[in-house]
Amino acid sequence: MTSIDITSTDPTTMSSDISLLDPGHKAAGLTASNVACWFGTKKVLEGVNLDMAPGQVTALIGPSGCGKSTFLRTLNRMHELVPSATLAGEILIDGVDIYRGAIPVTDVRRRIGMVFQKPNPFPAMTVAENVLAGLKLSGLKSTRSERDDLIESCLSKAGLWNEVKNRLGDPGRALSGGQQQRLCIARSLAVSPQVLLMDEPCSALDPTSTRRIEQTISEISETITVVIVTHNMQQAQRVSHRCAFFLAAENEPGRIIEEGPTKDIFTNPHDSRTNDYVNGRFG
Amino acid sequence: MKVPKSLQVDEIKESPSPPNDSEVRINPVVRRNRVDQVYRSIAAVSGSFVFLVMALIGGFLLFRGIDALRLSGWGFITESQWAPDMGGAFGIASLLPYTFSIAFVALFIAVPVSIATALFITEYAPRRIRRFLTATIDLLAAVPSLIYGLWGLFYLQPRIITLSKWLADNLGFVPFFKVNDDFGTSLGVFPSSTFVAGVIVSLMVIPICTSVMREVFGQAPPGEREGAMALGGTRWGVVRDVVLPFGQGGIIGGSMLGLGRALGETIAVTLIISPSFDAKWSIVEQGSNSIAALIALKFSESTETGISALMAAGLALFIITLLVNTAASSVVNRSRSGSATEI
Ligand SMILES: Nc1ncnc2c1ncn2[C@@H]1O[C@H](COP(=O)(O)OP(=O)(O)OP(=O)(O)O)[C@@H](O)[C@H]1O
Ligand SMILES: [Mg+2]
Repeated sequence: MTSIDITSTDPTTMSSDISLLDPGHKAAGLTASNVACWFGTKKVLEGVNLDMAPGQVTALIGPSGCGKSTFLRTLNRMHELVPSATLAGEILIDGVDIYRGAIPVTDVRRRIGMVFQKPNPFPAMTVAENVLAGLKLSGLKSTRSERDDLIESCLSKAGLWNEVKNRLGDPGRALSGGQQQRLCIARSLAVSPQVLLMDEPCSALDPTSTRRIEQTISEISETITVVIVTHNMQQAQRVSHRCAFFLAAENEPGRIIEEGPTKDIFTNPHDSRTNDYVNGRFG
Repeated sequence: MKVPKSLQVDEIKESPSPPNDSEVRINPVVRRNRVDQVYRSIAAVSGSFVFLVMALIGGFLLFRGIDALRLSGWGFITESQWAPDMGGAFGIASLLPYTFSIAFVALFIAVPVSIATALFITEYAPRRIRRFLTATIDLLAAVPSLIYGLWGLFYLQPRIITLSKWLADNLGFVPFFKVNDDFGTSLGVFPSSTFVAGVIVSLMVIPICTSVMREVFGQAPPGEREGAMALGGTRWGVVRDVVLPFGQGGIIGGSMLGLGRALGETIAVTLIISPSFDAKWSIVEQGSNSIAALIALKFSESTETGISALMAAGLALFIITLLVNTAASSVVNRSRSGSATEI
């Protein structure tokens, strides 16, 4: 197992091989093989193999500190933003390695979007500008009408349009927490990602907003592969097709204990530890 | 607690609020422990010490300058000449514009350079050399201004006047770069100008501006940064959409702190300029001035009235820099506590 050099700088030139506003893009499959992660000398993940099939929702579950977020962040190269973070193994999007230079890192992150646990809209931007931020950030040109369409379609997909259609000019931070999180989802959708990673997207939200977001996940999963970290077992059952159970024994790196169709994981797990966890007996 | 009106009235009717013991409001007593008390008094004493010194300086300048101010009246603000010793008129009407011109030239150079440097340190430089760069910039602030002045006078000035000449030749239609020289522009009219002094002062201002901006840029919320990166943002995209909007207050505040420093810079300016008391638009032409330089130049050769007049000029400088710095720190503080608030 060789560590990958991830110190290379971001390329400043953009290769815009996929047209952003083209709705014809397809969900992409992600494959992680033999992934290991370190923070400094501390190894926090080991031997992770996971297939995230196109158009499917994969849920990552497991007790706190077992490396779910870390794994998620390796999938779109956010892991390397932490100083001292290193990794080994391979992550492929539709069979192409994302770490070894075949795709510019900015393209990797645009094709594999991310929604964070804490809503993080850009406070200096309006609601509409927040939705379009991804275009601006990656220097993509678009016409006025394209932008208007994009704002409406993304906010609708995120289930926010009706609430904010009359306040598109308000600052992003004027929205409630749940609305902000849906704004962040809309913002991610605007750059037409092929994969969307979500790290406990509902953990700070009320049940209604949570349902709203789960509905959004089901709707977008036809065209976007979704990988979601959640501590909520019901949520995992409601939204995901497949489920991966992570666990870290004391002073050991985390690994995947069991992975398979959600139904099997919850009703008929092979491993007793999985059974204990999904039934709330530890973690 | 808000109670509907109807309810409130009912309640008051039903219970005519007996002077219940529990309704006597408490004045919370805080008993500080000894260590806390000691620190408190030390902090209070040193805090008031600063105010005391400021008041003493202001009071002293006023006390010593009041005679001259009485003598000149409003002329102190409207008069360009400075001849208090011969019983002539004196005022800061030409000194102020010169002082500010030098400072503005300095800021015009220092602010963009500082923004770029601060951004490079916080956003682009590899972690390893970040600390080294920061230390180097801070070291620039430690170089005595006399050294800057000497270096500026003997090394930089002979070189920079070529640029002055270029500005005059090519941009002479702009009043700032116009030179009144009947024989065409020869290099001889360019030394000792506002421009040269401003360039030197900018070197002294850059470390101050840079360190304020660097600190504020470094505090840009990591959540927003990551959000921008996760959308496929380039580094420049992150800088433009996250760091700069967040750092606005730092840019303004840092610039104003730099302005305060530039206005008061003395020895380097004194070395560079040749004093002029006719305010002019041109910054590249020979002859400039500043309150601080005037005081340094005239102090040893002044009579009693002359000294008093210099004290009054010092008072003006003191008040201006005090205002600028107060405004600057309030902007910096507001930006830190305000835009950094969590949702
Ligand atoms: N920036 C960091 N530096 C050092 N160690 C870290 C860092 N981030 C995470 N870790 C360590 O890596 C391990 C995995 O963390 P991670 O955040 O991936 O867990 P998680 O499964 O997402 O937990 P949670 O459910 O609480 O979010 C933990 O032991 C944690 O202490
Ligand atoms: Mg986590």
